[in-house]
Amino acid sequence: MRRAREAETGRTYGTRLPGMPDGKLPGTLIVVEGPDGSGRSTEVNLLSEWLEIEGHAVTATGLRRSTLVSGEIDRAKQGHTLGATTLALFYAVDFADQLENKIIPALSAGSVVLADRYIYTLMARAIARGASREWARQLYSFSVVPSMTIFLEARPDILLHRSIGQYGSLDYWESGMDLCLSRDRFRSFFLYQERLHQQFSWMMRDYSFQVVDANRSPEAVHEDVRRLIAPLFGAGSDPLPMPRGARAYPGPRARGAGPLRGRSVGGTRPPRRPPGRAGRSRPRPR
Amino acid sequence: MADSPSTTHGFPGRLLVFEGLDGSGKSTQARLIVKWLRAKGYRVFFTEWNSSELVSQTIRRGKKKGLLTPTTFSLLHATDFADRFERHIAPPLQAGYIVVSDRYAHTAFVRDTVRGCDPDWVRNMYRFAPTPDRIFYFRVNVATSLGRKIASRQKISHYEAGMDLGLSDDVSDSYERFQSRLRHEYERIATIDHFRVIDAERPVEKMQADLRAQVATLLKGFPTAEVLTRATSS
Repeated sequence: MRRAREAETGRTYGTRLPGMPDGKLPGTLIVVEGPDGSGRSTEVNLLSEWLEIEGHAVTATGLRRSTLVSGEIDRAKQGHTLGATTLALFYAVDFADQLENKIIPALSAGSVVLADRYIYTLMARAIARGASREWARQLYSFSVVPSMTIFLEARPDILLHRSIGQYGSLDYWESGMDLCLSRDRFRSFFLYQERLHQQFSWMMRDYSFQVVDANRSPEAVHEDVRRLIAPLFGAGSDPLPMPRGARAYPGPRARGAGPLRGRSVGGTRPPRRPPGRAGRSRPRPR
Repeated sequence: MADSPSTTHGFPGRLLVFEGLDGSGKSTQARLIVKWLRAKGYRVFFTEWNSSELVSQTIRRGKKKGLLTPTTFSLLHATDFADRFERHIAPPLQAGYIVVSDRYAHTAFVRDTVRGCDPDWVRNMYRFAPTPDRIFYFRVNVATSLGRKIASRQKISHYEAGMDLGLSDDVSDSYERFQSRLRHEYERIATIDHFRVIDAERPVEKMQADLRAQVATLLKGFPTAEVLTRATSS
């Protein structure tokens, strides 16, 4: 097992956390970002499996899992009572709690921390709801700079099918219904995803995301992601084969997509691309 | 309202803030001012720090379990303040009320900085909060504030004493040290934030008379509820 090459884990986006250990942290922070339905969670699972097989201690983390406030956030969302600034700050509390009590300790202990979404989603949501870009950037400037951020980018129609396939419906918040973009949830989903993508677009540049085409199968995505991550661990260009039991994303048909069954749009699974083309920046697929 | 002073927040209402150490008498003074303004016929809304239901629940739990760090403590208070602002401060200001706020963002600037947070980061977080029309800062010595606390038999809480900072194991010793640091920070920002300093070593009545004179000047030309009603019905 080789240590991560990236030697500067522990650097933040400008604001020092009080009580944060000085100097470098021995661990590696890898972030997987992308909208709901981009195959993020599947990718995190595959990555975690692979990294453990490679001999790394892996700590998985996501949004809204902290002990401090997650219950309150859920309750608040049910009541839809909080204003945009309040909700944005509430999420920041939750994130800070996880950063300080989970992510930094794991990094200090030399773990690979795999984050299923990070500050970028939180910033995109806040800005889509009217917060200024500068305010959001500053607010989260205490967070640790990841060694790598993978962004899974998929077309809105694919996101839509995967979301419906997975949950059987479109989530109120993931459709941005609180923004009153449209009373029609289907339309609201598209408009909201568009808004989020506008935010992710500038972040790709400013925060050096590695963009991976997630319109493809989970296997193809994973292959690209591994190729991107391997150099962090000095593993060169020849990573281990896919772990056994790596499963494909169930897709809309697998779990009873209801009304959409049999109407699944062609091109949900475009043919595999040749390997080795991951991470290039390219315009948004429409 | 042509002859009323211009505001930076752009709302038709007025925002008066009372800041100072625990035991500086600012809460008593704020309540007396509210009484007086109401008696004079103004539309007044009173609000105080740390009063929203949702967030205070979390803060209480976090405090009890010792889950809070300076950063989460600071963010939680900002959340609470944002909730209070969006719910209770902005709407009355938009409706033309005089909002009297017992503590405002400056309490956070001071507290969070003393707890070790980056002052610029804290200020940025509160950028959604508009600049008040007047900030009355109740300047008091730490000894006086502690004396008032003891005299009124108020129990000094863990966080009020800054026990989480590990300054001292003794509550009143820790309180004195923590409040001294807060005082130092208040004094540091007093000029930056254009505080109106109120000498809070004086008796209640003296301070109130002083304040009323200042508030009266500030509100010259500001309409009372009666004036507003007449204006809209004619």
